[in-house]
This record gives sequence, C-alpha cells and structure tokens, in this order.
Amino acid sequence: MSEGEIGESSGSTLKETADSSEKDTEKPVSDAPPIPPHNTSKIDVLLKAAGDAPIMKKKKWAVERSKTVNWVAEFIKKYIKCQPSESLFVYVNQSFAPAPDSEIGTVFDCFGSDGKLVLHYCKTQAWG
Amino acid sequence: MSEDREILREIWEGNLPVCFTLVQEEVEADRPDPVSLMVSRQTYFPLVTDKVQKHFSQFTDKEKIEEMWLEYEGQPLKWHYPIGVLYDLFASADALPWNITVHFRNFPVEEILRCPSKDAVESIFMSTVKEADALKHKSQVINNMQKRDHKQLWSGLQNDKFDQFWSVNKKLMDSTGEEVFRYIPFRIYRRDGPYIQKLFKPSSDDGIDHTLADLLNIMMIDFKELVCGNLRVVIQGVEPALDTTLLWLSQHLSHPDNFLHIVILSRTDMIASNAPW
Repeated sequence: MSEGEIGESSGSTLKETADSSEKDTEKPVSDAPPIPPHNTSKIDVLLKAAGDAPIMKKKKWAVERSKTVNWVAEFIKKYIKCQPSESLFVYVNQSFAPAPDSEIGTVFDCFGSDGKLVLHYCKTQAWG
Repeated sequence: MSEDREILREIWEGNLPVCFTLVQEEVEADRPDPVSLMVSRQTYFPLVTDKVQKHFSQFTDKEKIEEMWLEYEGQPLKWHYPIGVLYDLFASADALPWNITVHFRNFPVEEILRCPSKDAVESIFMSTVKEADALKHKSQVINNMQKRDHKQLWSGLQNDKFDQFWSVNKKLMDSTGEEVFRYIPFRIYRRDGPYIQKLFKPSSDDGIDHTLADLLNIMMIDFKELVCGNLRVVIQGVEPALDTTLLWLSQHLSHPDNFLHIVILSRTDMIASNAPW
C-alpha cells in the first residue's frame, strides 16, 4: 500500500466508531488539535483474507487505539457475513494470534510498520 | 545463562495456597466446604480447577449452571493471565491463603474471556510464546522448532515438569547470532487500565545494557514516586533491584509464556487492601 492511500482510509471509519465525539472529516491531520498519544487517536489497520475467508472489498480501516482485537474480529465477522457459529482467527505477521483482549493500539506499537497494522484473518486456524 | 539455573528452578517452583469458596447466592441447600489447593504461579486457573468445578457444581442449581468463573474482591479474574500475575496484581497485599470466590452464573462477558476448553488455554499460551519470539528473534527460533517441541513446552507447563519445559524453552531464551534479543517481551500491569506493551531494546545504541529502571522510566511510570517508595514493582512475587539488567530479568524471571510480567502497585492499592506498607 502506498502512502497516498492513507488519506483515503482516514476519511472513513468503522461504523461502530460513529459514537466517537470527533467525526472523521476530510480535514488534513495538521488541523486537528493536539491529541494525547493514547486511546483517542486512530490507527490504520489493513485487513487481509487468508485461506478460505472471503476478501473484504474495503481493506483499510481507521480503528481507535483502545478497541480490542476481539472487537475487530467481530467487525470482520459481520462484514464478511460469518454465521454466529463460525470462528474467525486474526493473526499478526502471519505468525501469531494476539490475545482477544489486547488493544489494537498496543499491537500496533509492537508490530505495526509503515504507519499501519496488517492483520490477516481466516476461518480456520492458519498459523497455529 | 547456565550459572543461574537454580534461579529458574526457584521461580518455577513458586506456589500459592488458594482457598476457593462458592458464592453465597448460588448455594442451593447445604453450604459446601471450601476447596484448598496449592497452585503454581506459572500456570493458568483452568488447568488446575477441575476439582473445584466438580466439587461446587454439586451444591448449586444444575439448571442454572453456566461456565465457571473466578472472582477476588469484586474483580473477575482473567484466566488467560498467569496465576502469579493475577495474585501479584490483586491480592499480594493480603494475607494467605488467597481467598477466591467461585461463580457459575452471571458470567461477566464484558470483563473476561470465555474458556470453552483447555485447548483454548493452549492456544492463547502458544500464541503468547510466538508473540514473544516475534519480538525477540523475528519468530526465527519458534518457527524452526518442530511441532513436538511446541507440544513439549505446553505439556511441560501443563504437567509442571521443569526439565521437560526448559529443555525446549532454553532455545527461546538464547541468542541467535550477534543479537541476544531484538526487543524484550514485557507487559506492565496496573490495577486500573490495560497493560502497557511496547518495543524496548535490551541495550542502548551505545551498547549499554538497559535496566529495569530504564524501562519504567521510559514507559511512563512516575519515577519520583518510584524512587521515594510510593510504588512497588513486583515480578514473579519479588521486588527486583531497579538496577537489574532487563535482559537478565527477561531470561530468568519471565513466565513460561516468555513475557516478563511486571506489576506496579501504588500505595493506595495497598491501603485499600488494609495491608501494612
């Protein structure tokens, strides 16, 4: 993903984040007031399908730092219309599944690169 | 790291006496006796509470039984944290045995994960080991291991077999090539709020080893409070000297999941528990 596409994704947000006080607009980031480093800011998450999971038409999402891995997994399940009985596994670096209650911001701090966090998802356990 | 092997064993053998009691509201007729167990600090509650589940489920309404969960003084206990971390964080100021309340109803889904089986514990445990190796060795060591090595780590933990566990775990604790660890896998816990986990190198760019104090200083901990003794820093039930090398702590005081779990307690945490400071 090129840097140029980040602007596109920061203009849109996950539906569930609509209750956030700051509505996303097309304003450049520099106009925003100084924000505390945690919890209020959002990070770019790139969601990639693996194995037999359906791909998502929109792959890049701005997610609040304080949302959990489980919250993102539930969001993906809804988006790709998983049955409630189906499992969904989320992986970092195509190597490990972060704990469901880990905060996305924390995962990003440790495993993000180029200003975004890449997560793979699949319906069966892929990387143990 | 061989010269400090006895420390690894002492850490491994850290146990806690726990007394489990069924919550009053769920007692159907006769009040059941509590269950007392000596549990390893290194393990996870679902691996050691079969007996507790079996015993108390006879004394409550079978129709209303859900998944068992544990609570200490109003705090639901996360089963995917090592037992020692939960104790240090919530109960270390109080007298032993650790009195835990058992529930079969009103599962607090917002606060703790469900644990459908021991496989779920294995899955989270192995994922945490892999996450730690991603930080330490870019996953090279864990990926070069055989499936049976992974199984041996897990069964060593599950069956409380020190030699079985460490014969594999030492590979994860060793250096690969020039670098020992790229980053130290650590999590810092306080009673309020989520844990802190970030990238932190074992030494500075000038090659000077980072200490526990360096980590706490950079990660947020109010250093003045720390120095004047208003905060306690607890790892594996002990308060290491703040000038201890972080790499040494990581190699010797990490939990079996390969993370160094650091608990920060404030004076108010201790007062609330009526403990002598």
